[in-house]
Amino acid sequence: MGKAFAVVLTIITTVSVAVLVSRHWWFPEVASAHGGAMDHQFAETFVGAAIGFILAQLGLAVFAWKYGERKGDTRPIRIFPGGAKWLVVLALVYVGSEIILLEFVGQKVWAAMYFTPPAANSLQVQVLAGQFAFYFRYPGPDGKFGPSHTAKIDETKGNFFGIDTSEPGSQDDIVTVDLGVPVSKPVELLLNSKDMNHGFYVPQMRIQQDIVPGMEIPLHFTPTKVGRYEISCNQLCGLGHHTMRAFLLVMSEEDYQKWIVEQASLQ
Amino acid sequence: MANMPTEAHVHHHTAPTGFIRKYIFSLDHKVIGKQYYFLAVFSVFVGMILSWLVRIHLVWPDVHIWGLGAFSPTGAPGGVISPEYYLSLLTIHGTLMVFFVLTTAPQAGFGNYALPIQIGAEDMAFPTLNMLSFWVTFLALCALVSTLFVKDGPPISGWTAYPPLSAVGSAAGPGQGLGQDLWGVSIALFCVGSLLGALNFITTTIDLRCKGMTLMRMPLTCWAWLITAILSLLSFAVLFAACVLLILDRNAGTSFFLPSGLLVNGTLQNHAGGSPLLWQHLFWFFGHPEVYIAIVPGFGVISHVLSVFSRKPILGYKVIVGCLLGIGFLSFTVWGHHMFLSGMSPYSGFLFSIPTLIITIPATIVSLLWLGTVFGGRLRFTTCMMFALGFVSVFVTGGLGGMFLAQPSLDIFLHGTYFVVGHFHMVMGVAAIFGMFAGTYFWFPKMFGRMLNERLGKIHFWITFVGVYCIFMPMHFIGLEGMPRRYSSFVNELMQPLMPVHKFMTIAALITGASQFLFFINLFWSMYKGPKASENPWESTTLEWTVPSPPPFDNFGGKHPVVYHDAYEYGVVQNGKDYVMQTDPPGQPVST
Repeated sequence: MGKAFAVVLTIITTVSVAVLVSRHWWFPEVASAHGGAMDHQFAETFVGAAIGFILAQLGLAVFAWKYGERKGDTRPIRIFPGGAKWLVVLALVYVGSEIILLEFVGQKVWAAMYFTPPAANSLQVQVLAGQFAFYFRYPGPDGKFGPSHTAKIDETKGNFFGIDTSEPGSQDDIVTVDLGVPVSKPVELLLNSKDMNHGFYVPQMRIQQDIVPGMEIPLHFTPTKVGRYEISCNQLCGLGHHTMRAFLLVMSEEDYQKWIVEQASLQ
Repeated sequence: MANMPTEAHVHHHTAPTGFIRKYIFSLDHKVIGKQYYFLAVFSVFVGMILSWLVRIHLVWPDVHIWGLGAFSPTGAPGGVISPEYYLSLLTIHGTLMVFFVLTTAPQAGFGNYALPIQIGAEDMAFPTLNMLSFWVTFLALCALVSTLFVKDGPPISGWTAYPPLSAVGSAAGPGQGLGQDLWGVSIALFCVGSLLGALNFITTTIDLRCKGMTLMRMPLTCWAWLITAILSLLSFAVLFAACVLLILDRNAGTSFFLPSGLLVNGTLQNHAGGSPLLWQHLFWFFGHPEVYIAIVPGFGVISHVLSVFSRKPILGYKVIVGCLLGIGFLSFTVWGHHMFLSGMSPYSGFLFSIPTLIITIPATIVSLLWLGTVFGGRLRFTTCMMFALGFVSVFVTGGLGGMFLAQPSLDIFLHGTYFVVGHFHMVMGVAAIFGMFAGTYFWFPKMFGRMLNERLGKIHFWITFVGVYCIFMPMHFIGLEGMPRRYSSFVNELMQPLMPVHKFMTIAALITGASQFLFFINLFWSMYKGPKASENPWESTTLEWTVPSPPPFDNFGGKHPVVYHDAYEYGVVQNGKDYVMQTDPPGQPVST
């Protein structure tokens, strides 16, 4: 029975590691400026975790294979050489070095996203999430967002964002259903929700943020590849949660200018 | 205190004679332990069926499930699960499993049954409180299960019940009316039951140990139950408060969790001043210790049975005690790692990640000590031992996923994906359930006086062990692709190619689930027909194996056990045995 356990455990370990190493299921290709550093950190964590995984599982397999009791077994038991001490040291060294490495490197990635303010030339876009759609608001030519309030939302009049249209700063604001941005330009999103907790998740951009009603949460990133990426809501928000999505359209500067003019004409 | 004889404090109550006092409103810790155990068996059965439905809906959304249409005409018209009913099912699956399975059987079930006997007491310190805690928990279960029968169906807000979804009432969606109210009542009651139980466990362990049972001679199971009880006492109190506030927000017009300007379903809500994040802080202040409430009793059982079936003293007894205490303390400092992306200050996120990584140190030490215990032993591969070895394997696998999730910068990608689902099912669900299986196969002879069928047990083990890897490993893989959890279908372009993986996991879940029927059959058949168990079938050293199987009403037949030995004296030669009972008279055993 111990030998069977050893064999099965070895197979499980080998298959799991092989699948990961083959990268058959792996992160979608990175398309943002900070994503590379994050992927690098993933890789380091993988190496650390894989060492622990293989050693622990195979150690268990070897012991189960080797130390099964046989009939009339009078072999004395053996205490682990050095007792608990060396295992404690091993754990401290293994986990301790992981912590120092990962926290040290990890802090940089996290800090780049959250501790550093967005670049001054960032494109600012307000996001309003609600059951079960996203809306995006651009400040228009004046570069300013006019005031808005959920009480002013009136879907019958096409005012999805609750924009106070009487205010002059709001007149030129542009509201869209997809998020269009020019490539290689920093983007700062200001995330708002009108009803539930929602999520803003774009795997290729390596960005994710919960959107919480009552708070305006900033999030900044720089897209580096032209393309059409799905934005998913990733915080359970009700019965239509799985249908709540929009698209991030990363365009060349020219295409973006055309797109935003086209969107403005639709207001 | 530790060396003081405590018999004077042992209270005596006579054995009841009537059926109701004996089996229903019993004060006997052994009966209450079994009641909790069967409550968990019922809950795990229902929870498992729900997980089947969830898995089936994901891959065969149009399939007609026989009988489900009659069971829930609104949720599953014609037996086809609707997207909102999918959310209801996963909410009840999660709530049942986390609260009524992982929090009951390992602690209140086995703990109630074995703790007093293992420390040489006649009963728990407060038998009436003990009875109350079970019946309050039973009421909580009734409230939760009743949501399946109310008109709107169960809530759709998940087991974490984040407001505003859980707090604004039926405007938020089906099930958010009466169903969510019942959920809140159920969890509040559950908190009360757990608090009463925790008080009882702590007092019993401190006060009722028999002569010679010093703290450092206690079996590790008792340490684990003690630490778990302290965690329960401190964390369920907070969840109770959170549930009361949630119920008030829903029904009394308060705004603890609700900010102003909420526009739900076209209606502006009359709330102002609250914060949805407050709920998350309160919930996870409970929720993270809860993970350890589920798994620490498993640590105790696994340490115990690995020693018994390796015929070796547990390696580093004191170190394990220290690690369990460390894990218990640290578990209160890490709740923010559930909230890295919640909108909480990113500086807090960074701070919370540090204790989260540090807590892996004691967990790693304990895992290595288990390996060191198995090393050089004379392993007896009983079904119990197989589950203990399986526990070590799945706990390590699940735990390593935590190394990714503990880092806020990686959580940006992995948060809310199937990676998280795979991680917590492996490390908290499967590992804790393996602990329960090990506990069942270990203590069943004592609890019911009969042996479980080993052959059936082995088949059950093999299918379960391979099955859980087939279900939960691929979840990690698709999480790496960025697949969000809690989606009832995958309209997403990125996700469609992953459907074959989902099908594989569903088939694995159906087979693994079906194999649990072998366990149920074994359990109920052996209870009446299994071969009679001897007093000490596993040649184990602790006090429960010095009394008949099953033990008499007062556990020790009026005698007062006296303990002279540590809990894990194996691998010695004494009177032709390779172990020394804790109650054996003192003497120098000859080491082999």
